[in-house]
Formats: sequence, structure tokens, C-alpha cells
Amino acid sequence: MSLTVEHLIVYYQTLQGNVKALDDVTFSIADGEIMGLAGESGCGKTTLGYSLIHLAPPKRFVGGCASLDGEELPIHNTVKMNPFRFKKVSIIPQYAMSAMNPTRKIGKMTAELLASKRVAYKSILPELLRRLELVKLSPDVLNMYPIELSGGMKQRMVMVLSTLLNPSLLIADEITSALDVSTQKAVSEMLVEFRDRHFVKSMIVITHDISILYQIADSILVMYAGKLAEKAPTETIINAPRHPYTKLLISSLPEVGVRCFERRLKGIPGNPPMLLVPPKGCRFRDRCPLAYAKCLEEPPFIEIEPGHHVACWKETAQHA
Amino acid sequence: MLRIENLSKVYQVGTFGSKKLHAVNHVTFDVPKGEVVSLIGESGSGKSTIGRMILGLIQRTAGTICVDGVDVSTLIKNSPKEYYRKVQGVFQDPFSSYNPIFKADRVFSCLRDEFFPGMSGSEWRERLIASVQAVGMSPDCCLDHYPHQLSGGQLQRLLIARALLLDIEYLVADEVISMLDASTRIDVLNLLADLKSRGLSILFITHDLSLGYYISTKSVILYKGYAVEQGSTEKIYTNPLHPYTKMLMACVPRLDKKWDELDTQLAASQSASLGGCAYYGRCPVGDKSLGRDRFKPPVVEVEPDHLVSCYRLMN
Repeated sequence: MSLTVEHLIVYYQTLQGNVKALDDVTFSIADGEIMGLAGESGCGKTTLGYSLIHLAPPKRFVGGCASLDGEELPIHNTVKMNPFRFKKVSIIPQYAMSAMNPTRKIGKMTAELLASKRVAYKSILPELLRRLELVKLSPDVLNMYPIELSGGMKQRMVMVLSTLLNPSLLIADEITSALDVSTQKAVSEMLVEFRDRHFVKSMIVITHDISILYQIADSILVMYAGKLAEKAPTETIINAPRHPYTKLLISSLPEVGVRCFERRLKGIPGNPPMLLVPPKGCRFRDRCPLAYAKCLEEPPFIEIEPGHHVACWKETAQHA
Repeated sequence: MLRIENLSKVYQVGTFGSKKLHAVNHVTFDVPKGEVVSLIGESGSGKSTIGRMILGLIQRTAGTICVDGVDVSTLIKNSPKEYYRKVQGVFQDPFSSYNPIFKADRVFSCLRDEFFPGMSGSEWRERLIASVQAVGMSPDCCLDHYPHQLSGGQLQRLLIARALLLDIEYLVADEVISMLDASTRIDVLNLLADLKSRGLSILFITHDLSLGYYISTKSVILYKGYAVEQGSTEKIYTNPLHPYTKMLMACVPRLDKKWDELDTQLAASQSASLGGCAYYGRCPVGDKSLGRDRFKPPVVEVEPDHLVSCYRLMN
């Protein structure tokens, strides 16, 4: 197991109290696995990603543990995490457009970044150039300022930078959301290529776009309001989802071939609950078409089939 | 009918405007009454530029934009208010369309001050509630709130409600759903479809072909400011003929099919040369012998209501 996260609880500290952004999150990722993390905005997917690399205020660590390659990740301690960042755990942030220092040429910025981790730029330069070629960037970009690159180019540059030291775990946060379809495809395929070439061991791809995950992910974890809803291999999530939220989420996606005059798709009525005082029991209860009395209790996240975890009383009851 | 003919936009870029950037080149299409037309292209294809020119936010370089037979610049010059009563826009980012210091209703009260100064309070209130309900929201839960208290989907629907208050006939919807969640996205799309059935004409600007197919009756595919393919949505989607349209179709992430193992050609950053086909540099079937250096690919009507601009389809 490359990454294991157990009972992770992270709150946001606000003036009104604790916002329970991550509540008892347990999952694991195998070596070479690309795990997709999907959900609506505000469901805690980005919080989960960032918690594994930079758990800083206003985020507050409450409980749980994470380990990477059998070694414990000191995620609650921002100083102890320093040796892990960039070398073992790396991230491609959501806005790669603004992830690079605008006042430095990209090559110089890379050198400074590496120096901060005591790695010589010269020794890594040949590999850097090889990887730039892989993502179809010319070596000239190292001599350019970030402003001279287009959005897709910046995204690819940051991708190369983030994975330069072959981290064990890469967290890719909404990296395709701001791109148009053709660049989206190219960037997603490069992610898979990076995994296949063992630049990174395993990956968490955070996105709200399930159809992208279907193309690249090995497994998908669906989150709802700070809780895990369902985790299963990609094919299972798409073709045989069990959690009502996953079902609704997938049925609301427009596909090529569906027209509003012929088949009208439905969104999910209602809004996600406020996490300041989350509702008791199943958090999807208010929006769920199948909710019944039992849903007032909190559903456990259990394995109903090998590799398929669901947190829903309906499924648990059928299974028991 | 909104008619766009031979529309071009040239930006002066570089030091002292020494270089020219052709953002839109001789685009011709029309938005018939009560129809949704999708304008589809990658970033930099000029789709938003066209929307902005229709709204009069930027000047056009050449060509005409006519609303019901009258040129837009005359309309805006004579009485801008009358024009904006008819034509309104909704933009990509609902969060930055509001002033965070004021309540979200301020977009409505500003509108009232400008367009309905003589209207009585109760009548205004009635209209406001009717248009908020028309976008599928209850007035209690969205009026009298600050923008940060509402979700992106709600804010976006309020902006559409604002446009509806004016009894508009044309709506320019510029990437209205790209910032929204999958679950609220479809609600906004359905709302646009409802408005269409009530007689509103919509220019739907997007880069996502599946959304365009879901909602529109006509589509225009843009590449580097050229309309490479246009016509009935049905025909374009079932039978894409331009290599660029084919490439876009292949790139849409779908749930029923994995991506083909096709190498995606990325857009070249330099602007296209003005002679010949703009897509030549990326075209997988491009052929020099077809005379790309000499002239622009002509627009060919391959079947009724399906125009393609590609050398390979000549004769």
C-alpha cells in the first residue's frame, strides 16, 4: 500500500466555530494507482488533498493518521513535513496559472526551488529537459517568464516541476478545470504517462468532472459534505454505483448524444448542508430520494464487495 | 433575428501596437428567433470576442451585426437603453459579477434605477418576484442575501433573472456554466432551454461540445477566429466533417467510451498565418498540394444547413 489514511479528521477554525470539513476519512491507495476524488464544491475534496501535504491554519488537525510507503506522514506538524514535501509528496495546485513566481524566469525559479531542497540544478537539468520534451514544451521555456506561456503550457510546466524529484504521491487538484477540451485531454493523458513511466508512484486526482476520471483513474472516491460516500474501481462507480448520491451525480452529466428536447437531465435538488453544524446521521439525507428512518443514524463506510465501499444504510441493509 | 455578417476583429498588440492579432475573421451566422445557437471553440478561438462585440462592449473592426435588420452600432448610438432592453449578457464568473460589499439584490435595484425609474414599489416587487421564480428560485431564499451566502449556481441564475426583468429578446451566455458544479450545471442548462421555449434567442458560448449538443439547435465551430464548420447541431454532431471538429469531438470526456489512443495535437501558440488554412499546422490530414498557401479554404455547403470550410471538401 502506497498511501493509507485512517480516520482523518480536519476542521476549519472560524469565528463561528469549527467547520467539519473532513470527518473520519479512511482510505488507501495502492502502488501505481490513480485515484480520482470527486464531489461537489465544498465537499472537502481539496481539503483532503491539501491535508496530506500542507495542513496549516485555518485548517486544524483533530485526529487520524496517514502513512506513505509504510512510513508515517507527520501531517499534523508543518515543520516535520518539510523533508517529505516535494520529495515524497507533491502537489499540482488548482491555479497553476498563478503557481509560478512571475518575477523569475522559469529556469531560475526551478533552480531556486531545487536549491531549497538541496538538490543541484545542474544534475537534474538533463532529466528536466527530457521531461519537458515529453510534455511537448520546448527547452526555451526555461528562459521565459510565466507570463509568456499560455494556460495549458503553464499547467504542463507546473506538472513537470511538481514531479521532478519523483515523488511517491502526487496530488493533482482540479488541474483540468480551467482548460478547454483538447488541452484537457492532453494534460490528463500526460498524467497517466507520468505514472506509467514511474515518475510518480500513485496519484490523487481531484476534480468535479467524473467523465475525466472515467478516462484516467483506476478507482474513484466520491465525497459528500466532508464524508466519504463511495469508493470503488472506476468501472463499478460509473456502471454500477450503489450510493444514491453517486447515482444522481452521474445521471446529471450531459453526454454527447443527449439533447434537452429528447431526454431532459435532472440536477440534484437542494444544496449540500452547512458543515458548521452538520446534520445528524447521513449527511445526504435531505436531498436523498431514498431516505428513510434509519438514515437518522450515521451510516458506516463499509465494504459491500471486494474493493467497493459504500456509506449508505440501504446498501448495508441489503448486504447484511 | 440577430445576424452577424463578415464580422472581424483585429487587436493591435506588441510594442506601440506594432503587431496585429486577428481574433475574429469574417464570421457569418445568424441567431433566429427562439433558437439556441452554440458558439464552440478552444480558448483563443474568438468566441467571447464575438459575444462582446454583440453586446457592444468592444468595437468591431469590420462587418455588420444586425438585430432585426438594424445595425447594432446605430442602435447603441441612438438609444443604448433601448438596445440593452433587448439584448443582455451573462458571463462566466458569477462571483465577480457581484459587488461583495452589497447584497446580491443590488444588481436588481441598479437596474430599476436605470430602466424603470417611474415604476411603483409594489409593481416592481411583483416583477422581481416573477422573474426570480422564472429562474426556478424562491424569492425568500435568495433576495436580501450577500453574494457569499449564495452558491455559484444561485448567483448565476439571479444574473439570468436580472436579464429577464428587461423582457429581453436575445441573451449572450458566455461560458455561463463552466464555473459551476456538475449538479447545478444541468439546472442552469435546463433553465436556458425553458427560456428558449418561451421565445428567447440565446447565443450559447462554450468549449464543451456535450453541453452544446444538449441545448442548441444550431452550432458554429470556431478556430482562431474562423468559423470552420456551422449548421444544424444534429448534422455537425452526427457527421463532423472538418478535422478540427473531429478532434474536438474525440477529446470530449465521455462516460460510455474511453478516449481513443489518438495523439492530441496541441494548439500552436503563434497566430495563424493569414494566407491559407488556419488549422493547417495542427491538421492530421493537411496536404500541401491542396494549395493552402494560395487561398483560404472556401466555405462549402456539403448538405442543407451544414457549412464546412476545408480544402478537402471542395468539389
